Amino acid sequence: MDNYLTLPGWVLAVFQSCLYLALAPLLVGWVRKAKARLQNRRGAPLLQAYQDLYKLLAKEARVAHTASPLFRAAPYIVFTATWMAAATVPLLVVDLPTAAIADIIVLVGLLALARVFLALAGMDVGAAFGGMGASREMLIGALAEPAMLMAVFTLAMTAHSTNLSSVIDHHLVDGFVLRPSYLFALGGLILVAVAESGRIPIDNPTTHLELTMIHEAMLLEYSGRHLALMEWSAQIKLLLYGTLIANVFFPWGIGRGFGGAALGLGLAAVLAKLAALGAVLAVGETVLAKMRLFRAPEFLNLALLLSLLGLLSHVILEVRA
Amino acid sequence: MNLSLLPLLQQLVLVLAAIVLFLSFVLLAQNRLISAIHAFAWQGALVAAVTTVVAATGHIHHLYFSAALTLMLKAMLIPWMLHRLVRRLELERHTESLQSPTLVTMTAVALVIFSYWLVLPMIQEELTFTRNIVAISLAVVLIGLLMMVFRTQAVAQVLGFMSMENGLFLAAVSATGGMPLVVELGVAFDVLVAMVLFGVFFLQIRESIDSLDVDRLNRLRETTGEAPDEPQVEAQ
Repeated sequence: MDNYLTLPGWVLAVFQSCLYLALAPLLVGWVRKAKARLQNRRGAPLLQAYQDLYKLLAKEARVAHTASPLFRAAPYIVFTATWMAAATVPLLVVDLPTAAIADIIVLVGLLALARVFLALAGMDVGAAFGGMGASREMLIGALAEPAMLMAVFTLAMTAHSTNLSSVIDHHLVDGFVLRPSYLFALGGLILVAVAESGRIPIDNPTTHLELTMIHEAMLLEYSGRHLALMEWSAQIKLLLYGTLIANVFFPWGIGRGFGGAALGLGLAAVLAKLAALGAVLAVGETVLAKMRLFRAPEFLNLALLLSLLGLLSHVILEVRA
Repeated sequence: MNLSLLPLLQQLVLVLAAIVLFLSFVLLAQNRLISAIHAFAWQGALVAAVTTVVAATGHIHHLYFSAALTLMLKAMLIPWMLHRLVRRLELERHTESLQSPTLVTMTAVALVIFSYWLVLPMIQEELTFTRNIVAISLAVVLIGLLMMVFRTQAVAQVLGFMSMENGLFLAAVSATGGMPLVVELGVAFDVLVAMVLFGVFFLQIRESIDSLDVDRLNRLRETTGEAPDEPQVEAQ
């Protein structure tokens, strides 16, 4: 803990945040590739997502003449908030200064900030699709947030801290322990992650101009670098949730010092874990069909129930065990 | 907070017990009869698994026998009989949704908290590591009762009844290391006979009111079509 707020710590924190930016399109490319292979297609190359972003960034940004300044500002706010949220999740090493100044509740708050501005931008131009997408996004957000907070509280109660670094540290010190509460919290968090990052049972990330779209509907009016930033922040969000699940529930391999060996091991471990999670996501998306929108509350109620059971089973089974 | 000090097998018991509780919730909120029967079968299998692991950690040999009995009866025979009944009554595609699923689920959560509160004095006593499971098993019993209250379909009510029995069995295993073998055998045959009787009842109910919705048994009139100009007050 004495590593907090030192210069190498900050350098590493900045490096890790940049790594989030760099790895996010790779994860999306990997999921797309795995999905394509499962559907007997060759699929786009692994690095296609980078090229898409590069193409969009180079293009001119057109803005509807009814748009307010909020519409122009929203991509930057959404991108920054998502990026800052990602920076608080330990990717390679624990005990970074970013983890010391922001805990899990700040992370949920930053994601909520990004969601609010995304919804506002969707409604800003006044097109019908944007409003519909915004209302659906807020429906899902309002139901997913309590479930996520419950899951997070389950972790926090086990580690007696809402700080992600301490949670992971606590888990590493304890070694391999089968906790019923962690099992339920993992289930709840996976469902929330699927809903929040717009993956298949809730929203189809590959649709465009379909009546049931949620995330795409809010981005219809965007183009050029604005669109690139919005897409990029969606990719960062997916990576954020993937890292959260991988590093909190399966923390083995994450670096615990600032040495080169620890960093290399941490990077290799997190890449392996994310590749496995991405493959699981691809299989899930291939097996499942998209739900009707009116069934999304049921899906998220299940997530809430799982998180609640996690909390209860922590109190009932683990406190006086 | 010393769960990490328990041996891995004992942690496994706690995890399995927690999944039994989760399956109770699944059973409660499941709309399709066939899926509910499957959930019930899994619950029975998990109860048997809990019993086996408790037997292995405590070296209680007669528990192996009751685990095998539970597995045969609750996870295979009764689900198979229910399955056959449902097929015979042509209810495979029958779905029945609760009036307000969220309210029912939240009531069930409240029941879990209530049973924990009820069991707290018992947890203070120095019992074996399974003492925490008593709260879970009481919650399973209460949720089974809740299912019998809220479901109107006869087969679903029987599932609630059977899952109550699962909870009782779990309580016996976790609190006292299982009942004497004679008692267990007796209970097992009781459950089996109850199942056969339920099957006969299903067919009878079905023949008399042409449906398995037991709410219709509350109506006094034999057939609704015979006396159309009868005043509504009399029906109550």
